[in-house]
Amino acid sequence: MTYQPQKDFGTPESRSDEAVSLTIDGREVTVPAGTSVMRAAAEQGTSIPKLCATDSVKSYGSCRLCLVEIDGRRGTPASCTTPVEPGMVVRTQTPQLAKLRKGVMELYISDHPLDCLTCAANGDCELQDQAGAVGLRDVRYDVQATHLGQEKDHSNPYFDFDPSKCIACSRCIRACDEVQGTLALTMESRGWDSKISAGLASDNFLGSECVSCGACVQACPTATLVEKKVVEVGTPERSVVTTCAYCGVGCTFRAEMRGEQLVRMVPYKDGKANRGHSCVKGRFAWGYAQHQERILKPMIRKSISDPWREVEWDEAFAYTASELKRISDKYGRNALGGITSSRCTNEETFLVQKLVRAGFGNNNVDTCARVCHSPTGYGLKTTFGTSAGTQDFDSVEDSDVILIIGANPTDGHPVFASRMKRRLRGQDGRPGAKLIVIDPRRTDIVRSPHIEAQHHLPLRPGTNVAALTAMAHVIVTEGLANEAFIRERCDWDEYSHWAEFVSQARNSPENLQPVTLVDAEELRAAARLYATGGNGAIYYGLGVTEHSQGSSTVMAIANLAMATGNIGRRGVGVNPLRGQNNVQGACDMGSFPHELAGYRHISDNDARSLFENDWGVTLDPEPGLRIPNMLDAAVDGVFKALYCQGEDILQSDPNTAHVSAGLAAMECVIVHDLFLNETANYAHIFLPGSTFLEKNGTFTNAERRIQPVRKVMTPMNGLEDWEVTQKLAQAMGLDWNYSHPSEIMDEIARLTPTFAGVSFARLEEAGSLQWPVNADAPDGSPIMHIDGFVRGKGKFVVTDYVPTDEKTGPRFPLLLTTGRILSHYNVGAQTRRTENVAWHPEDLLEIHPVDAEDRGVKSGDWVKLASRAGETTLRANVTDRVAPGVVYTTFHHAVTQANVVTTDYSDWATNCPEYKVTAVQISASNGPTEWQEEYEALSARSRRVETGIAAE
Amino acid sequence: MNSVERLVHMANQIATNLATDAAPVAAVADHIQTFWDPRMKKMIFAHGTDGLSPVAAAAISLLADAQNGS
Ligand code: SF4
Ligand code: SF4
Ligand code: SF4
Ligand code: FES
Repeated sequence: MTYQPQKDFGTPESRSDEAVSLTIDGREVTVPAGTSVMRAAAEQGTSIPKLCATDSVKSYGSCRLCLVEIDGRRGTPASCTTPVEPGMVVRTQTPQLAKLRKGVMELYISDHPLDCLTCAANGDCELQDQAGAVGLRDVRYDVQATHLGQEKDHSNPYFDFDPSKCIACSRCIRACDEVQGTLALTMESRGWDSKISAGLASDNFLGSECVSCGACVQACPTATLVEKKVVEVGTPERSVVTTCAYCGVGCTFRAEMRGEQLVRMVPYKDGKANRGHSCVKGRFAWGYAQHQERILKPMIRKSISDPWREVEWDEAFAYTASELKRISDKYGRNALGGITSSRCTNEETFLVQKLVRAGFGNNNVDTCARVCHSPTGYGLKTTFGTSAGTQDFDSVEDSDVILIIGANPTDGHPVFASRMKRRLRGQDGRPGAKLIVIDPRRTDIVRSPHIEAQHHLPLRPGTNVAALTAMAHVIVTEGLANEAFIRERCDWDEYSHWAEFVSQARNSPENLQPVTLVDAEELRAAARLYATGGNGAIYYGLGVTEHSQGSSTVMAIANLAMATGNIGRRGVGVNPLRGQNNVQGACDMGSFPHELAGYRHISDNDARSLFENDWGVTLDPEPGLRIPNMLDAAVDGVFKALYCQGEDILQSDPNTAHVSAGLAAMECVIVHDLFLNETANYAHIFLPGSTFLEKNGTFTNAERRIQPVRKVMTPMNGLEDWEVTQKLAQAMGLDWNYSHPSEIMDEIARLTPTFAGVSFARLEEAGSLQWPVNADAPDGSPIMHIDGFVRGKGKFVVTDYVPTDEKTGPRFPLLLTTGRILSHYNVGAQTRRTENVAWHPEDLLEIHPVDAEDRGVKSGDWVKLASRAGETTLRANVTDRVAPGVVYTTFHHAVTQANVVTTDYSDWATNCPEYKVTAVQISASNGPTEWQEEYEALSARSRRVETGIAAE
Repeated sequence: MNSVERLVHMANQIATNLATDAAPVAAVADHIQTFWDPRMKKMIFAHGTDGLSPVAAAAISLLADAQNGS
């Protein structure tokens, strides 16, 4: 395919149901009411010259290039601001219009540097195109002196700002306001002097509020805002549509290429998850894919104290297979296990769990979703009958009340946050949705431009269940429950039992206030708002799941939604925001040790025999080990070999000392990854992985949307990840012969009822599909539980608050909670290898001014963070974002290793670690702890490669 | 915590959280049967009921009996 920019209809789509017919240049066209004349023309294939209009933002009508003639109207109205009317007769090309447009263009060009031939946007510039389109041949004015030769702003690591080329169309400002919702840009002064500015005149882009989402760069019609990569490489020559490999929003992108070189990632307008928007990670932070530290050759070593030795793939597979066989013969087959990754494709994940179940002969397979959303699996399956969010992202457009609990969408799920913020700000006279935030920290969404949460409940970490039960108390005792919905859709006896429980006086907000530290009146008001404010939608994240009562909190959320009838239509629902790109998919694919693909228990004879017949093996009917159980078994000396694909458990899992003891006790740790990650310090075999740009497959986002990932370049390591797993399986004697991931998907579809209608061909056709996709829903299911719950009747579960065993006391008086930041992803292995470090070069500890003062700590000071599990040092950031008694940090940097201090307490139902609550003490410090120094030495030692070149 | 201590802790935690179930002992036994691997079950059977809450202990005995009976 040769390069074509994405089609620009000039103004946004109208959602009206009413149709309007009109005639443009003698041809009739029918469009929804509210459409602009410009868009109607574009839909019919007529392009009206334009500069200040683009279809991602509302029209503004400033450039006067898009003038048209309309019968019966005086003058020449701007087509971008004129809505269609029935029977209108429009002409877009007349001698009079041509003359006017030429005049407008001439003025613009007179104030524009004429260095087109050497301009980065040459060939991809709307100003250039429009000059051509209006037939401009010469410029009669003197070149204006005021506007040219201004200093460029290179501060953003990914794009440049060259004010000399700016035509003051304000598309960038509107994109930042309307699409991204950051409102970072302003226009300074007016007329020919006007200049775009990122905040104050003294601010550059990097120092401003800008979050580098790139929406302004995409909207800019000139080379004023342009990707540095385009400046460096040149404009793209072809494009491939694919899916972002970072977070669970699952944005669709066009990978725009020059040869095998990626020039830029541009969000795809037809992407149903992102609708043409993106964040800094997906759009810009892909440099890790070519990073010099990527390992491209397999490596092996006998012991972790030896240096690595590079080998060919064949030797690596033969050696790995022989090690696994040796260990299985010596210690029994249950000594082996595998970990699948939420970063890998569905097909790759499916193969890893198949390798474990059919090849290793046990069910010791788990996924990193264990440490993030396993409680969602348990909680939503128990209450609703299936482990997934109930809505698509579009649904938020119809919400009246948005309740966010334990999630920080502007950092964790930025593109969905932008859509949410758009709804919260209100639009076109429609008032914004109301917002309730339940979070120990004052996250950005609580107060941001044009948004102010009606209620922020800054609860004490670890008391989610108490807060939600108190809300349920208010709803039931104040008669706000939707009894008609409950009678029809849920089990009434279970409801009555639950209602009686939550109504007890001990569960009132007033009684629980000393526990949650949430003001009872505020909580009552929030509960009333959620129950009576119209369509109520709940969005939650890891602040819900990563607790000792993570599963109970998920069920408490489900109870609230059922009690208020907020399930089964647009605008409502219960929505887990997934951390990594394919958390949903990893869970769907049977990565949990007790479940086969499609959430069927391994002891279920019918489900198991389906797989046994298809695979020609006998499967173990008993559940296998979960990640923490594997580590325990390793320490006990009975678990000896681990195949770990795309996951860095040493950095991401809690209580690092325990993880490293487990890994050190194994005889064969196989790490299959892009980089020598922290886990690889304990590995014996390293199999190099491929990036999402180098392979085919599918990811499933937080809306259950299955989306294609397409290969745009040859894997630098030689093999796609599914091929690596297949070749390992073959070396172990399994007869696997997939020639393309589509064949793996066919097998998944054959064995998984909710995927029955999925195939690569169908995905190609539809773009994406939301499961269940089957005979009842051949085009997928944007919203679930419409006519009834998947399990039949919705189940109310009594969730009694049980305080965590992790207690503060005189030695550890503060509560540490952990989280993430916009510019980094998970353990940072990828984003730390990009320019994103410009925004977050190190992990910082947020501490309240009162606690800081007590300890003599100032912002920027080194502090020691100690818990019962261990200690580390990092620098302090004194802020009232956190409540007194609470401290907060991120876990993106290996040198800090926040998980040295987290404990191995976990969710009662799923063993999901309790990352969000650790009792700690803070004290002044003057440098790294002994542990940090030792670990650094170990890493250096462990990363030696025999060729003599250190790998990191 | 060593592995057995951890299992005892886990069993107690499950029992506390399922205490409000209509039939807590059966619910705890079912949960352990569904999610624990055979070695973990064997370890806690061998350990006995020391340190277990009454509900957890009853559930473990119920499971152990079922296992021996079958
Ligand atoms: S990159 Fe995004 S946040 Fe920054 S100015 Fe542009 S639109 Fe606004
Ligand atoms: S920077 Fe680009 S989008 Fe913004 S006003 Fe200037 S030309 Fe228009
Ligand atoms: S990281 Fe998430 S929000 Fe950002 S572009 Fe990728 S999928 Fe979209
Ligand atoms: S495009 Fe309509 S006025 Fe600029």
